[in-house]
Amino acid sequence: MTGPEPAGPPAVSVFGLHVSIGENAIVQDVSFTVPRGVIVGLLGPSGCGKTTLLRSVVGIQPSTAGHVQVLGLPAGARGLSTRIGYVTQAPSVYPDLTVLENLRYFSAALGLRGWRREDAVVRVVKEVDLAPYADKPVAWLSGGQYSRVSLAVALLGSPELLVMDEPTVGLDPMVRRELWGVFQRLAEEGTTLLVSSHVMDEADHCDRLLLMRAGRLLASAGREDVLEHTGCERVEDAFLDLVSASAAAEEADSARTAVGRVPPPMLTDESADSDRPYFSSGARC
Amino acid sequence: MLNPAVRRSRALPFSPGITTATAGRVLLQIRRDRGSTALMLVIPCMLMVLLKLVFHGAEDSFERVGPQVFGIFPVIVMYLVASVSTLRERSTGTAERLLTLPVQRLDIVLGYSLAFAFLAVLQATLSTLLAIGPLGLDIKGPAVLLMVIAMLGALLGLALGLLASGFARNEFQAVQFLPAGVLPQFLVCGLFVPREEMHGSLAALAKVMPMTYAVQAATQAADHKGITGIFVRDALLILLCVIGVLMASAATLKR
Repeated sequence: MTGPEPAGPPAVSVFGLHVSIGENAIVQDVSFTVPRGVIVGLLGPSGCGKTTLLRSVVGIQPSTAGHVQVLGLPAGARGLSTRIGYVTQAPSVYPDLTVLENLRYFSAALGLRGWRREDAVVRVVKEVDLAPYADKPVAWLSGGQYSRVSLAVALLGSPELLVMDEPTVGLDPMVRRELWGVFQRLAEEGTTLLVSSHVMDEADHCDRLLLMRAGRLLASAGREDVLEHTGCERVEDAFLDLVSASAAAEEADSARTAVGRVPPPMLTDESADSDRPYFSSGARC
Repeated sequence: MLNPAVRRSRALPFSPGITTATAGRVLLQIRRDRGSTALMLVIPCMLMVLLKLVFHGAEDSFERVGPQVFGIFPVIVMYLVASVSTLRERSTGTAERLLTLPVQRLDIVLGYSLAFAFLAVLQATLSTLLAIGPLGLDIKGPAVLLMVIAMLGALLGLALGLLASGFARNEFQAVQFLPAGVLPQFLVCGLFVPREEMHGSLAALAKVMPMTYAVQAATQAADHKGITGIFVRDALLILLCVIGVLMASAATLKR
């Protein structure tokens, strides 16, 4: 993993976040911290609230309760807009413009001018390996190249935190490995990456994991810790183990109607700001 | 949304650099789509020619209606292009992405306005030259006034298109807003029946519709030498209306 922890506030800290859209609770009582310079995988099935949680971190999702701090500032603060890169699930670039035109425009939108702009454009084209297609309209590119353009846009401002929503979904294994290589390099250079996926295998590339299901966080810990606590070899099994442990805890809780309900347990290594019970699941896989 | 206080800390509600970059990007996109650029510039001219042919042998009517359509065609053409292109911007997520960058809503709205104003100049020049040249439209006032009306009409169309894209879920709906929002103005603006002869309630309706003033100003330019007070007032009213609608559409950009 990484060496000594860099000074300063954590990359992300979320406390008691609730997000409801209409009647539906999308995110329920989510708290976690992301240290700097690591790759964090936000894993969970489709529709479990991953995108909403990421949008809250980026500051474009109105929350119902709780608070989100990013790089020491409240999420959505103006000063953050150049320090976070956000890659949406559907690549949001202009398909009728070429790769370079897209990058030039978005770097202007970041406030970069003159040689700084050209510098940033050249750097990200190299970083995501798009040089051969730089003058092609984005609409002509393949799916993998398309999403790399979107990633390149997010890298323009050399962000300290890169938030990516399912960046590797639907890509062929070769491209996926290349992308994880890029992520790894960025993390080594000190960028913090928060990457969501519904494919549990992607956990192998992550330092830390946030496991999510039905709007709740099941775990926020290092990947090794998750595996060790659950006694599983694969994250997918660990996830299933945590789901059943959580369901059991909830059942036990609903039986104790007289007593006040406790929040469902969560596996975490951040004991300082969590009053929740640890999982002591000894279930075998 | 989370921190309005932080967002408002900037002095200007837009930044000139980002606004011009946005305008440049919009023009680049429009230029890529050669077909719609050509249509946008050629359609008003084609309609002018058609009008001339329709009123063949009734020169008086052409002299009356000819200037009036300068307040109408640009609104419709620009509305269509603007509503669909800004709707695309919203639905592909690029608008949202821009708002996570140090881009403010007015940067987007003003960028689009600048780009479309430039197109409007081209369009207005072409159709004015065509009308007073080969088509022999005879107006008393300076021809430049017709161009001003055409420009204002185009800006009005842009503003209405931007606003409509905020409420339309898809391109179909955006296009449907045309018969709903623009054609009624077309009917009551005085083109078919002079406003004085309309039923009272319709005349009152016409008074609150911006296209009415575009048509009235065009008539002023055609009937009077020089610039009249009514022309100036009407032009300012349209401009105010454009600004108002642009502000409203900026508010519909969600962060």
